[in-house]
Amino acid sequence: MDETNQNSFINEKQKKRDYSKIVPYLFISPWLFGFLVFTLGPLLLSLVMSFYNWPVIGESTFVGLDNYITMFTQDAQFWASIKLTFKFALIFVPLNLIIALILALMISRSGIGQTAFRVIFYIPSVVSGVAVAIIWGWILDSNNGILNYLLKFIGVDGPNWLQDSRWALVALIIASAWGVGNMMLIFYTDIQTIPEEYYEAARLDGAGTFRQFIDITLPIITPTIFFNLITSTIGALQQLELAMLLTKGGPMKSTFFYGMYVYENAFKHHKLGYSSANAWIMFIVIMLLTAIIFKTSSAWVFYENEVKGNKKKEKKKLSAVMKAGDKN
Amino acid sequence: MIPTKKWSQFDKFRIVLFVGLIIFTIYFLGPIFWVLLTSIKSTAEVKTYPPQIFPSVWKWENYVAAWNSQPFGVYLKNSLLITILTTVGQAITSALTAYGFTRFEFKGKGTLFFLLLASMMLPWDVTVIPQYMLFNKLGWINTLKPLIIPGMFASAYNVFLLRQFLMNFPEALVESARLDGANEWQIFSRIYLPLMKAPLLLISMLNIMTVWNDYLGPLIFLQDRSKYTMALGLASFQGVHSTNTIAIMAITVLMMIPPILAFLFAQRYIIDGLEGAIK
Repeated sequence: MDETNQNSFINEKQKKRDYSKIVPYLFISPWLFGFLVFTLGPLLLSLVMSFYNWPVIGESTFVGLDNYITMFTQDAQFWASIKLTFKFALIFVPLNLIIALILALMISRSGIGQTAFRVIFYIPSVVSGVAVAIIWGWILDSNNGILNYLLKFIGVDGPNWLQDSRWALVALIIASAWGVGNMMLIFYTDIQTIPEEYYEAARLDGAGTFRQFIDITLPIITPTIFFNLITSTIGALQQLELAMLLTKGGPMKSTFFYGMYVYENAFKHHKLGYSSANAWIMFIVIMLLTAIIFKTSSAWVFYENEVKGNKKKEKKKLSAVMKAGDKN
Repeated sequence: MIPTKKWSQFDKFRIVLFVGLIIFTIYFLGPIFWVLLTSIKSTAEVKTYPPQIFPSVWKWENYVAAWNSQPFGVYLKNSLLITILTTVGQAITSALTAYGFTRFEFKGKGTLFFLLLASMMLPWDVTVIPQYMLFNKLGWINTLKPLIIPGMFASAYNVFLLRQFLMNFPEALVESARLDGANEWQIFSRIYLPLMKAPLLLISMLNIMTVWNDYLGPLIFLQDRSKYTMALGLASFQGVHSTNTIAIMAITVLMMIPPILAFLFAQRYIIDGLEGAIK
């Protein structure tokens, strides 16, 4: 309470001061300019283009809603790619969340080697998509692939991963899950902020490892699960690079995701208006999904800032800052 | 923090845990080692079945041959130019913007910050087509400019991260500086900038990884080989010479080194930065 009072007091004082009003805008101008020119401008232009037949060379003509109507009623690939992309997201997002969470829990419980495991599990997420595609292409190779060789030891006859339309999607999921480290690190960092006393109290009450997870860890990290769910869903729906490099959308378009569909319409078939309409559908779907996740989140996300024990840390930071300030 | 138990008490739990950790270690590191081992084998060893795990002779000279088989020197120069310029630009502009959003009250602040957050969820496809037309109009296609200039303007994600960090600093710091007669620029550059060293390092490292690894941007905006970046050069090399496994693996290994180094250097800051962003 004290803190908020103090803040509003300072804010009021600031407003009264009224030193040159332009200064704040100068500070944010490097973002604002980039945003207007490279994001907002293109975004609006893209909306306009979606109502046009817009070839790369030559006159563009206004066609109203034609692009959208064609897409929904005559373009089989549109629906096929949407279905495929949702299928990928429905498998990949929960899988990724669960693996990330399991890894984070395992590391935080390991006692020794926390930093080492954290680094090891994170490394693949900093590797370029091009390298990821080459690495997994080599491991899943039909002739010399080491994975199928290793699978033979446990009596499994590995499929022809990248050339079999039933397995290409699985191959992409395996390669994509390799980059789970980022999400793991977010979970791990959050789990680390849970005060130890909670677990001590639970153990005194006789709660086992699993109960402790259900009753303490899980409720506290729901905001983080929520955050990861949104970001990974948005990411999965835009999957493009790996499919382009590893399976090239094939075989038989079995990994021709929506992102690839838009990309090819734009840069291969040069239908700029049509692909802009495609992209807007993706944008609308992402907004809707995010809105749905947000709306339903109140039922299962608990924000309990006061229990996280941040106060101590803030004090520490404050004194560190004061010290740094003194030096100046 | 989750308490760690003593070895003697929970041996079984511990063993299962470590077996799990080791299996995952193999999943995450195994592929990298496999590619590294492949890159130093002889052609015959790569093609044998069942696969030979270790090369009989470690042929590091494969790297020289691979490097010289394409103008990778030129690709490297382009990649470095893009990475360095965007990283420096990004650090400066993000710091300024985050400071502006944290330390001032101004008209439209709420709306602008909302736009900033919303722009993070914008799909790439929506903006890239008009961007292509814009760069085409400006004569930037097939130059490095589309990969450098937009990347120098503060990105929403970086601003958000820095702002989370700046919000933890007490206003009293600014007030006392103002009383001393410091102007806004001096407060920013002399007090805040030095304090922002850690998160600025973090966003710089993240930017290095993103820009160095970028494939789609170069693919769309570049045409001539002389303009290619490492990522695009490697992808096209693999596309054209897909049978030259050894050379592809060697360049792949080289391609991974800068982001991994950047990560190892920054990993402490990454955790701190995340902690700041989560709270």
